[in-house]
Amino acid sequence: MLETIGLLGNGFLIVFEPQNLMLIIGGCALGLFIGAMPGLGSVNGVAILLPLTFLVPPTGAIIFLAAIYYGAMYGGAISSIMLGIPGASTAVATTFDGRPLAKQGMADKALTAAAVASFVGGTISVVLFTFFAPPLAHVALVFGAPEEFALMMLAFATFVGLGGDDLFKTIFSISIGLVLSAVGFDIISGEPRLVLWDITGFLHGVNFLILAIGVYGIGEMIWTVEEHSLGGGKSMLSDANVTVKRTLSNLRELASKWKSIVMGSFLGYFVGILPAAGATPGSLMAYGIAKQISKEPEKFGHGAVEGVCAPEAANNAASTGSMLPMLTLGIPGSPTTAILLGGMVIWGLEPGPRLFVDHSDFVWGLIASLYAANIFAVLINVAFIPVFIKILKTPFTILAPIIFILCLIGGYAPTQSMHDVWLMVIFGIAAYFMRKLDYPLAPAVLAIVLGPLAEPALRQSLIISDGSFAIFFNRTYAGPISVVAILLLFLPLFKMVYVKLRNRQAA
Amino acid sequence: MFKTQRTFKKLACAIGVTAILAGMPVIAQAWEPVKPVEFVVMAGKGGGADKAVRLIQSIIASENMAPVPFTPVNKPGGSGAEALVHLQGKKGDNHTIMFTLNSFYTTPLRQPGLGVDIATFTPIARMAEDTFLLWVNTDRKDINNVADFVKAAKAKGNKWIMAGTGKNSEDNLLTDFLNSAYDLDMKYVPYKGGGKVAKELAGNNADSTVNNPSEQLGFYEAGNTKALAAFTPERLPLFPDAPTFKELGKDFVYFMQRTVVGAPGMSNEAAQYYTELFTKVFNSDKWQGYRTKKSLQGDLLTGDALMSYWKKERDIHETMLKNMGAL
Repeated sequence: MLETIGLLGNGFLIVFEPQNLMLIIGGCALGLFIGAMPGLGSVNGVAILLPLTFLVPPTGAIIFLAAIYYGAMYGGAISSIMLGIPGASTAVATTFDGRPLAKQGMADKALTAAAVASFVGGTISVVLFTFFAPPLAHVALVFGAPEEFALMMLAFATFVGLGGDDLFKTIFSISIGLVLSAVGFDIISGEPRLVLWDITGFLHGVNFLILAIGVYGIGEMIWTVEEHSLGGGKSMLSDANVTVKRTLSNLRELASKWKSIVMGSFLGYFVGILPAAGATPGSLMAYGIAKQISKEPEKFGHGAVEGVCAPEAANNAASTGSMLPMLTLGIPGSPTTAILLGGMVIWGLEPGPRLFVDHSDFVWGLIASLYAANIFAVLINVAFIPVFIKILKTPFTILAPIIFILCLIGGYAPTQSMHDVWLMVIFGIAAYFMRKLDYPLAPAVLAIVLGPLAEPALRQSLIISDGSFAIFFNRTYAGPISVVAILLLFLPLFKMVYVKLRNRQAA
Repeated sequence: MFKTQRTFKKLACAIGVTAILAGMPVIAQAWEPVKPVEFVVMAGKGGGADKAVRLIQSIIASENMAPVPFTPVNKPGGSGAEALVHLQGKKGDNHTIMFTLNSFYTTPLRQPGLGVDIATFTPIARMAEDTFLLWVNTDRKDINNVADFVKAAKAKGNKWIMAGTGKNSEDNLLTDFLNSAYDLDMKYVPYKGGGKVAKELAGNNADSTVNNPSEQLGFYEAGNTKALAAFTPERLPLFPDAPTFKELGKDFVYFMQRTVVGAPGMSNEAAQYYTELFTKVFNSDKWQGYRTKKSLQGDLLTGDALMSYWKKERDIHETMLKNMGAL
């Protein structure tokens, strides 16, 4: 413990060197911007800037890139709330309630909630990182395919009931997401599958962001255009305002939601350290659980503050968590850390269990920089909230074409293929009609995120066990997770039976 | 005034150079890229090939080797199929190059519908050949050599788990070789990416793997895993205690190429330019250091020599795929 504090102290000395401090501030600001641009997430930002990092020593380089990663987690919430388009995959869950809040003229409340929750999530996770890295690295190491699948089931289970009341429409929506997630190349059979009409663009599968921007960006915009032209359901975006009184009352309301924030922080961190899971499933699970534990679950999807702060706390915590397998196991916990691993090659560092011993300056400099990045990111973010609110006052007729262009760029950026842009437009139009017919869209987005993680894990497990499902129950970690997942899955049913029984007694 | 003078000097120089050049037989003005070069990676972000490309990109940028940036574009779809079709479609393009692996041979063989003929692509430079070793977890105190390994794997029969990257991938070819050479019945479980595979072994979720050194190095150095034997002609300097399969009486050698290839029909001048550029990268201290550290083998190979290497390797892979029933 004392040794850890000593090492952390050394890390802070490195961070407070003027050059490193500037790299952190610059990285946070840049990350905030990159995260706020739809489609341009931390993955692209880090990948673009990586080759330039030879200009500074490795510790400065990782501090800079980590600050971008971190800033992008804050930034992602901004476009989710203001435009209804997830700025990055990690911010999808934030749109579910962030957007309705903004529409009700409470964008300031949503933005404040996101910033504060991100700060708390980031801080809790970096403290956990500082003191419990080695034992958690061990958990990440022994986490195999059966555990991964159990975890994914848990994520699906937390989302039951997310789609409203119509069970069949929810199942339909989940199925669409699962089918789309199966498009592309199947590593287990070694064959391409669902490559429609032999279009080569389908070989890389359907990117999750393409569906998310299509549904929440383009679909939402068509919806809003219709509302506008019909004159009904006028959006009150411009009612948001930043005054001291409003901010204080926002903060007070936020303080009463501390449970969701703390839950999101811990959950995000633990999901983040698991290899290959990353911040996106973490934030979606946090949203689901926040809804389950809420006293007013019916408010979710219509502007519940917990619906913003739980996933935002989780995605920041997860981004810190995903550094753990990257540093100690040399395997990425998220797409962005995969690129950071490439950076370590350029800087001549070997990730792995020895890194903490051989390059202690590098590791502790990075950890200390996360504390600092957290503080700078929240300050920059809060300082800009009034500016964001101003942007919302732009007339819709000007804002709409800009959003549309941002969507197209966002769809093109990750794969640089026009195929994906067309696909995104088609998804947008389809989403509009699905919404007209009252189909829930969130389950489809959830399925396309979790599908590609759950499916290989399921098949790997069953290959290992020769087809026996017992493998999900007789292992140290997989067993309890599977049991909890099944209980959660049937929770709505138990509730229904309970309510019926009580009503009968009352009658 | 100064400006005019300088311009005049430049002009004089240029005239001088032109005069010298004019004296020589046909040497066209050296070709140089005029816009950013698209550097396609046949694999996803964060994998072995992707890391090498980002290192090369950084070497080119930090040592000012080219007037334009090289931009990596990942096209991992369909085990490289997407990247191959993309490059094929860039016929005659002087600004698109690709970093390839062995799926360069196997994917066109397994998916003839793509209509990709690698013999039409422009050979630029083979930067390295990655090696493969047989690994087990150090917790297996009973396994210290290949004979122990065979005994343990035989005892477990079909319950022995060999983790690898994707069905019909390089790892799968090697697993098939081991199964038939030692009369084993190991179960092959495909995972996404070599890093994941390495971790499954370190976490005892698999019994053995055939990782590249770069993928296992972190765990190896920490004492989590050990190498039993190498699929190379000579022992690797990094793993002097691991004998080659050749020494053990099984004449089997297998490498993974790390090669830069150009679009089909690229102009000779451009091909020449890239060949020289990548020769410079190959000889740079950073690349040589990376080769030593990751235990990479294979000399620099360019032009016709590279093309005949491809053709030879393609035939070898065709035979291997046929033997395992994948064709």
